[in-house]
Amino acid sequence: VHDDLKEMLDSNKDSLKLEAMKRIVAMMARGKNASDLFPAVVKNVACKNIEVKKLVYVYLVRYAEEQQDLALLSISTFQRGLKDPNQLIRASALRVLSSIRVTIIIPIMMLAIKDAASDMSPYVRKTAAHAIPKLYSLDPEQKEPLIEVIEKLLADKTTLVAGSVVMAFEGVCPERIDLIHKNYRKLCNLLIDVEEWGQVVIINMLTRYARTQFLNPNANEVLLEEGEEKEFYGSDEEEGKEEKVEKKKPYVMDPDHRLLLRNTKPLLQSRNAAVVMAVAQLYFHLAPKAEVGVTAKALVRLLRSHSEVQFVVLQNVATMSIKRKGMFETYLKSFYIRSTDPTQIKVLKLEVLTNLATETSISIILREFQTYIKSMDKDFVAATIQAIGRCATNIGEVRDTCLNGLVQLLSNRDELVVAESVVVIKKLLQMQPEQHSDIIKHMAKLIENIQVPMARASILWLIGEYCEHVPKIAPDVLRKMAKSFTSEEDIVKLQILNLAAKLYLTNSKQTKLLTQYVLNLAKYDQNYDIRDRARFIRQLIVPTDKGGALSKYAKKLFLALKPAPILESPFKDRDHFQLGSLSHLLNVKAGGYQELPDWPETAPDPSVRNVEVMDAVCCHGNCNSKRVGERSSGEERRTAKKTTEPRSESESEEEGKESSSESSESESESETESKEESEPDTEAKRNAKKKVGVSNGLELLKLFWHSRVLFVCILPCSAQTISPTFSSLKTYELLHRLTGEGLAVGYCFGRQPFVRDPHMVTVQIQFTNHMDTEARNLRVREPRLQSGMRIKEFPEIEVLPPGETVTTVMGIDFCDSTQAANFQLCTHTRKFCVSIQPPVGELMAPVFMLENEFKKEQGQLMGMNEIKETLVLGEACQSDYAIVQRVTAAANVGQVPCGSDQEYRFAGKTMTSNSLVLVTVITKRDRTAQLTVNCEKMVIGTMLVKDILHALSQ
Amino acid sequence: MIHSLFLVSTAGHIFLEKHWKSVISRSVCDYLFEAQGKASAPENVPPVIATPHHYLISVYRDRIFFVAVIQTEVPPLFVIEFLHRVAETFQDYFGECSEASIKDNVVIVYELLEEMLDNGFPLATEANILKEMIKPPTILRSVVNTITGGSSNVGGTLPTGQLSNIPWRRTGVKYTNNEAYFDVVEEIDAILDKSGTVVFAEIQGVIDACVKLSGMPDLTLSFVNPRLLDDVSFHPCVRFKRWEAERVLSFIPPDGNFRLMSYHVNAQNLVAIPVYVKQNVSFFETGSSGRLDITVGPKQTMGKTIEDVVITVHMPKVVLNANLTTNQGTSTYDPVTKVLVWDIGKLNQQKVPNLKGSLSLQSGAPRPDENPTLNIDLRIQQLAISGLKVNRLNMFGEKYKPFKGVKYVTKAGKFQVRT
Repeated sequence: VHDDLKEMLDSNKDSLKLEAMKRIVAMMARGKNASDLFPAVVKNVACKNIEVKKLVYVYLVRYAEEQQDLALLSISTFQRGLKDPNQLIRASALRVLSSIRVTIIIPIMMLAIKDAASDMSPYVRKTAAHAIPKLYSLDPEQKEPLIEVIEKLLADKTTLVAGSVVMAFEGVCPERIDLIHKNYRKLCNLLIDVEEWGQVVIINMLTRYARTQFLNPNANEVLLEEGEEKEFYGSDEEEGKEEKVEKKKPYVMDPDHRLLLRNTKPLLQSRNAAVVMAVAQLYFHLAPKAEVGVTAKALVRLLRSHSEVQFVVLQNVATMSIKRKGMFETYLKSFYIRSTDPTQIKVLKLEVLTNLATETSISIILREFQTYIKSMDKDFVAATIQAIGRCATNIGEVRDTCLNGLVQLLSNRDELVVAESVVVIKKLLQMQPEQHSDIIKHMAKLIENIQVPMARASILWLIGEYCEHVPKIAPDVLRKMAKSFTSEEDIVKLQILNLAAKLYLTNSKQTKLLTQYVLNLAKYDQNYDIRDRARFIRQLIVPTDKGGALSKYAKKLFLALKPAPILESPFKDRDHFQLGSLSHLLNVKAGGYQELPDWPETAPDPSVRNVEVMDAVCCHGNCNSKRVGERSSGEERRTAKKTTEPRSESESEEEGKESSSESSESESESETESKEESEPDTEAKRNAKKKVGVSNGLELLKLFWHSRVLFVCILPCSAQTISPTFSSLKTYELLHRLTGEGLAVGYCFGRQPFVRDPHMVTVQIQFTNHMDTEARNLRVREPRLQSGMRIKEFPEIEVLPPGETVTTVMGIDFCDSTQAANFQLCTHTRKFCVSIQPPVGELMAPVFMLENEFKKEQGQLMGMNEIKETLVLGEACQSDYAIVQRVTAAANVGQVPCGSDQEYRFAGKTMTSNSLVLVTVITKRDRTAQLTVNCEKMVIGTMLVKDILHALSQ
Repeated sequence: MIHSLFLVSTAGHIFLEKHWKSVISRSVCDYLFEAQGKASAPENVPPVIATPHHYLISVYRDRIFFVAVIQTEVPPLFVIEFLHRVAETFQDYFGECSEASIKDNVVIVYELLEEMLDNGFPLATEANILKEMIKPPTILRSVVNTITGGSSNVGGTLPTGQLSNIPWRRTGVKYTNNEAYFDVVEEIDAILDKSGTVVFAEIQGVIDACVKLSGMPDLTLSFVNPRLLDDVSFHPCVRFKRWEAERVLSFIPPDGNFRLMSYHVNAQNLVAIPVYVKQNVSFFETGSSGRLDITVGPKQTMGKTIEDVVITVHMPKVVLNANLTTNQGTSTYDPVTKVLVWDIGKLNQQKVPNLKGSLSLQSGAPRPDENPTLNIDLRIQQLAISGLKVNRLNMFGEKYKPFKGVKYVTKAGKFQVRT
């Protein structure tokens, strides 16, 4: 066999060899056995022709397991390949070597993986990461040394490696969560630049990690009581009280927790459905309730994708919609069913619609369901009837409407529709049988026409159970059923027995003989269940001489009040599986599934994630040789860069140890500070320190602050340029591109503390050069300021090449006024007069305080210092999240945790005079709200009220 | 992750298999066939099937089942998305993704699959990278050089894209004519009820690009009215931060064809429905017959012509035949699949297309309860129905002047009229 192929493989001509290999590969693809060619093929493993070689590799990987001895002949070629100067050859040698499942070469594989893990090419290191699970599946004994390699590769800073090594981690040692600590922040920051497949794996892993390290953001509810106790503990600084204090401390999200949420959010815009789903499940499992909603829009978008994608997404939406109904309410119509949807999609959409039904939406949902009942797809019609039943049980108001609708369906032509309706009506009637004896009568008549066993059984059960409501009809039905008993299905027979027994107990005069007859028939039935049941019933209900101890309880046994069935979604509680997983989809734990841990009661030490400078240095020392290679191959090419924040942060880590000047530190601080979070500035911190012991909240704040400082220290950045982070900030124009003759300048208020001067407002300025030539010496000249105002200019930007964008930071002390700061912006050729005018909300910084502290301060700022306004909340401004968002966007204030959910409080301090600014929003039922601002500076207060009013009523 | 891949035709013929770990017998596909037997149509085969030892995750595309065999926990969407990416790669390489084209190019398919997955985990899925490693079959290759193996269709060096942070673009791109075309394609998804009232309508759009520019161009595409865009998803090349801050698309494009973005138009804006449909489909209680009368006309068209109008109706099973006349286009009724297709063509204001006639039903069968749904297809050239307009396209980073073009098309997506 295959002699011609062998001959071709033995020839000297590459073209013949290639032809032979192509034919062999075609055989493999068709599933034909080609193993007898192994000796002839393996000889060509060192062939010069790269395509022949590749095909030989494909062959080897497929058959080496069956031909272990011969496969060993090829090993030396791969070992040589591992030392090749071409990185592609090194990588493919490792790929093939690690794919050959021959146990004898395990030590060689181990060595190769270790070497490749410190290769200078990131591509080879990626291949090494891929090889780890291969070796592990071949020999689980190698776990320990492999974990060492994983640990080393986890420290790798290239995006190329990150996804693959986390994959290896998940395959080999998912329980070693401790290996992640030091790499956590790096992974969060690299995430956006990792390839899409790696993103999915990393996000899923980090979800599990976060569940072990952070506190449940939705657990905290009892703040009001806590506030009252505060004074008591505050006056008493004993260490012994610490524990109690700890337990009741207000929830403050760990900045690392926030980092993860923030850095995954942009990935909702990914084109890859798996990435979007991964982020959605991360938000579902980790985010505060109010923020989960942001994922809904992206999930709904996936419903436009391939039907398989829809199938999986809908399963997950079904689970989510039970726990977080609100998040999909606005997208209700996106789940409407089209006649062209495949049945499995229709049924899932129905499930979601049912879960989303509320008192307000039920009428349109029911109208929609009515059109579905007319569908030609009978399975779908049956599912719709079930769904109507569930809506009726969940929403009491529409129960009668639903019931009437279902009764109408009883006259439908299609038997399946009728049968399904009977089953559902039965369940509904159980909830309030008294009122519906006419329906029961109607159904009793149906027994002659309906043939579907389940429906027949349901009717019989109903008549038996409520025989007292239909005393005339019931015995007649039993008579008819006794006649047809022998030809009925088993479930129907059981219900006939049931009916007979119940009638015997309530109306023995009329039915005694009939019951006897039925029991006799059942006694000789072929099915032993039915024979058993008959014997059991006879003993129980028919009084006999001997025994019969139970018969006096027979009535209680048969006619006990039965609780109405609860019609539950099959997706209820399915969220104990990690969403998006195979296990969730199947509702069964799949092999290798990692449980999603419960939140810890108390947060583990957050400092484990700090990457100490010392560590970083010695790590750099170790891989110095590697870095040279990295630079030449990959990193330098980043000049054609995609300017994103994570990138610059990851690079700054490398450069950090060389430049640790004060200025660089301050810059980086402003960069890493979050924009959305309302965090206290340095000023607030200093004040907080003065009040040590006043409140446990403040102590916590201090702790939180320290960890932040540590975090900041390790991420110094190069001196002048930081990348733009305008994600949620409004950008204003300083210089239009046309007036600037190609130089466009924009600015925004960064809201980080300006470290060099706590009274200054941080202004981020972004220059973009649209000219064809470079702009030089960008700097500030001749500031013309109102008295008292001060400016701290940004360091001069020497060169801005064409097409580039650069961002820098300056500080301005506006003296608590909204007067504009005017100055000249100069390039090497031109001067432009520009001005920056701050919105009033930017003249302050958030302050952290507790509710009753807030109230105390508010009490001192009454009268002229208090401004009250009533407003109507805007359409898009109904949720908690929206209100907090709008207020914090309008003014740089921090939210004060509140006990009541109609109240929102925010606190801040003006930058220059440190006057308190207190904002209170109290929402009322009719969409109106009362806004109160208390501030010593009346002008600021008045302007602020105007701005917030505007923001909230939009 | 992905253990093995089987490609199966609708007829149940396994025509390709590839294994990334130990070999799994093709008999595992029997579970798929079983599910296929239960399902009424291939679209109804569940995408995830649990078998005693494996899980099968499959997608159905171009009359082929792509079946991945899995042994342990993996996000199902991860596999589904990957399988679609495989199908798209075949489409891109061979011009079509069919059983015949895959069989004809089996060696290239194998080489591609080898590069796309390593040990079941995706390795290279970007078209630009794959094309550098494995050349598509149609490219005319250089003179055969047997000594260096230059004749091979497999690249010998690592594609630079693999290592850079713009893995979607290959380096050293050169064109004599530099051109960049963008197609703004919008689809109207709508459900209208019996009376013509809109139950649900939304606009989804995509911008497909064909960019053939030399070197490393950095493009910026801006819109006149970016506020219209509600929900967007991007090709990885788009800089998300720029979009967030300035609502412009800034990107270094891949070479060739790609989908730049997909979007959803803000739900607050009312959707203009370009056509109106008047219909009356009724079945009589006696005489086993029915009547059908459909009229279509242009409504909100912004002065553009509506073309390629086709109405498809899935009739109830009991409809044996249709005897219909129309004043425009052609209508056909397939008594086997029970599908009525009315191909109208262009709609013009003067003459309103109408289709009417009688339906003959199976005698003796009860009158059908259900009413068929009308599915409408149409196309409007040079119009984005949402009103979205591209403002300008700027290029940085290269000196030449590219030729630029933007085209707008509106189509019916899932556009249904209930009767």
